[in-house]
Amino acid sequence: MSDPRLRTITFTLNGRPARATVASHETVVEVLQRDFGLFGARESCGQGLCGCCTVIVDGTAVSGCLYLAAFIDGTTLVTIEGLSDRGTLHPIQQAFLAKTGFQCGFCTPGFILMTKELLERHPHPTDE
Amino acid sequence: MTPPTAPVAPPPETSDSPTVRTLREVGRSVPRLEGTAKVDGSVEYIYNLRLPGMLHGKIHRSSIAHGRIVRIDTSAALAVEGVHAVFTAGDVATLVANPYYGPAFHDQPILAIDKVRHVGEPVAVALATDPHVAEEAANLIEVEYEPLAAVFDEVAAARPDAPVVHDVLKPAGTFTDLKYLGGRSGTNVALDARVRRGDVARGFAEADQVFEHTFRTGKVIHATFEPIVSLAEVTAPNGLTIHTASQSPSFVRTEISRLLGWPENRVRVRTAFLGGGFGAKLYIKLEALVAVCALLVRKPVRIALTMDEQFYTITKHGATVRIKTGVKNDGRIIAREVETYWNGGAYADIGPRVSQKSGFTSAGPYDIEHVALDNYAVYTNEPPAGALRGFGISQLVWAYERQMDIIAHALTIDPLELRRRNVLRAGRPHATGTIIGGMEIDAVLDSLAERMEWHRPFDRGTGTIRRGRGLAIGLKAAISPTTSTAIVHVYGDGSCAVHCGTVDMGQASDTALAQIAAEVLGIATESVRVVHPDTDLTPYDMATLGSRSTYHMGNAIRLAADDARTQLLRIAGTAFGTEIVELDCRDGAIVSRAGARMTFREAMLARFAMQAGTVVGVGAFTPSYQKPDPQTGQSPDITPFWMIGGAGAEISVDCETGRIEVTKLVNAADVGAAINPASVERQLTGAAVMQLGFTLFEAMNFSDGQVLNASLADYKIPGLLDLPRDLTAAVVEVPHEHGPFGAKGVGETGVFSPSPAIANALYDAVGVIVTDLPLTPERVLRAIRAMENRPLGTDA
Repeated sequence: MSDPRLRTITFTLNGRPARATVASHETVVEVLQRDFGLFGARESCGQGLCGCCTVIVDGTAVSGCLYLAAFIDGTTLVTIEGLSDRGTLHPIQQAFLAKTGFQCGFCTPGFILMTKELLERHPHPTDE
Repeated sequence: MTPPTAPVAPPPETSDSPTVRTLREVGRSVPRLEGTAKVDGSVEYIYNLRLPGMLHGKIHRSSIAHGRIVRIDTSAALAVEGVHAVFTAGDVATLVANPYYGPAFHDQPILAIDKVRHVGEPVAVALATDPHVAEEAANLIEVEYEPLAAVFDEVAAARPDAPVVHDVLKPAGTFTDLKYLGGRSGTNVALDARVRRGDVARGFAEADQVFEHTFRTGKVIHATFEPIVSLAEVTAPNGLTIHTASQSPSFVRTEISRLLGWPENRVRVRTAFLGGGFGAKLYIKLEALVAVCALLVRKPVRIALTMDEQFYTITKHGATVRIKTGVKNDGRIIAREVETYWNGGAYADIGPRVSQKSGFTSAGPYDIEHVALDNYAVYTNEPPAGALRGFGISQLVWAYERQMDIIAHALTIDPLELRRRNVLRAGRPHATGTIIGGMEIDAVLDSLAERMEWHRPFDRGTGTIRRGRGLAIGLKAAISPTTSTAIVHVYGDGSCAVHCGTVDMGQASDTALAQIAAEVLGIATESVRVVHPDTDLTPYDMATLGSRSTYHMGNAIRLAADDARTQLLRIAGTAFGTEIVELDCRDGAIVSRAGARMTFREAMLARFAMQAGTVVGVGAFTPSYQKPDPQTGQSPDITPFWMIGGAGAEISVDCETGRIEVTKLVNAADVGAAINPASVERQLTGAAVMQLGFTLFEAMNFSDGQVLNASLADYKIPGLLDLPRDLTAAVVEVPHEHGPFGAKGVGETGVFSPSPAIANALYDAVGVIVTDLPLTPERVLRAIRAMENRPLGTDA
């Protein structure tokens, strides 16, 4: 790649090898939407506060609207689309569905992925 | 086919009629039809849409609140590599002769013409394949202004000597009662609407005590998480398609057609699920701009606002409410005068309608002999204000319910009891003269009293942590006149689809409307598909706003489904040799009293002799309405239904910091009959949490018209940790005579009363009278310290 502003990254996206050519200023959300047609991570506040853009990078939930795409080189990335297994919802998704833990749904993937991170770190969380 | 237009009465409930059955689909908490798509992330939003060859637009916005545009220099922007085009008002003028839009006034230019009237007003737009390139170019556009005097406060702006925001008023003509304002000049008052009943002067003279206060609410925003986003594409041979996250696709088509001078049938407007609306996505937001851009470049154009741009695009009205109330010593309110100034910002949007339609309820849900209500929709140089969940009601309830507890305290009457002595009851005239029916305020008060355990002693705390409790009730009249039409299709295989213009922006309308169709057709809700608004496919609907869809569209769908059902019964009746009164639709089939059964699929075969064809049912619903007299505001039929929402709050307040913790919040509402009880509860609670943010911390802070906190980092909305531990909804069901299966709207009811309920609890806890929202720790602490005669710093 001759353009010095661009670099090619490889990573694991929802369990499969992935490759993308990204500019240094581009975020994970932009690349997921443009190159992979994945819209479950959505930019809203643009400041990493609302959580609509949440994705999981190497087990840690991050704000995909701030996280630069260049930094996912070599990582394992999970988005909401990777949570269900061939049409079978993940238990957390099933729980959100059963309790109707959503209204407009725009931030719901963020809630679900944050819950996933929480339960992986604290299988029996308390209010603290 | 002539659609039936009258509300249909339910079938007679006689035990031997085959049409009588217990409700199967309506009244059941059917899980949301789109639930799986929302938890797996695949749900369709316009935000997701990308079109081949699409350009992204970024807007250059005014940096000053009021000024003449001296010069716009786009050369640096055009020099950016990859920029496709930069447009200003001059380019718009090549396509649109009179490029001003708006639902109430044609006052808002697609791009600023000669003048800017608020900070953030769109002045120019840059287009590029790469949104970052478009953004850089937009930033490089240079605009030189000659500043003009600006006005921000709604009361100051209404004075005759105030700087004038618009030289001439330009009512849209869509609302005939606003026509008289046309051509008026030298004023910022876009609308003055009044209600007169009895003789307030006499009422105040006869009163034992008179109370007068001024209450204020500032501007807040919708903060929809899905951005305001629109795309336009030119479609051969002569059409234009607009994909937009809009609550009012029918209005968008009408308005874009008008601007372009095209017949409506050349403009197609479609939407999808919305990631929140709350009134932000009504009327024209980006649609006119993307339409013009797409026509100029002959390529698809997408513009999506960032969150900070939302703060400069549409807000909730700030309001100043002066309220004067005359009471007898027994607590009876005999006179009330309310004067409300609505800060409409620089462009009217739907503001004048908010001022009038909510303003006529500003005396509250009370039976008062002498009433005088004045409402002024006022232009200022702040960003435009429009509809925000409640259409102005919560600003008014804040005033009259806050004052109610001050009166209760002065008269030493229990606040609940004071309300009971004054509420409007069935058969009594509202301030507008319309006779009250179809709501029971007492039932809502009963429900609140029970949930709050109002009769029990209450622990008010000790030391620096004090506790209090409060309640409030608010009234809203559903907006009228409006209309809805729906089409129900039964396809060749027997499956059904509902075509309607209602937008599901999170309120679960798809599911509730499918339940209504399913109930009439005797099929499962899950088997009904609700087709999302597309003006090429779905009939006109006024808009998804003002809690109107369940009632209006629900009735239209009920009529449409009934039309389709009757056709199916006729097909089976012919086959069975039976009268249709002997038949019913049940479990996807037509059944006769004698036991004959024909599935919908078999009926379609019988009708078309092949497994194809369509049965089409049509329904239209326009409630009756009589417009109020312009001098007195009197009308015998001002609204199709009244909404009544109450809240009860328990709080603790830290007297050393002023911080309020809401420990319990109950929201009670008369919802008619709940089509989907779980959805109704979520609507009430969701609305209450939104209002909780407006009550405790949300406020747009301005300096010379500039928003100082235009981001979610600086403007806080409620998060999980802000929720009261005890947060519930109390659904009071009083079936409405003309509602579909007794239902009324409920999307806004939960916002009416939490603010005064919480402030009344603060009053109960520490006795301070706070007149302005939000109840920030600083404001509360200043009030506490002022009451204790040891005011804080700058208050001294």
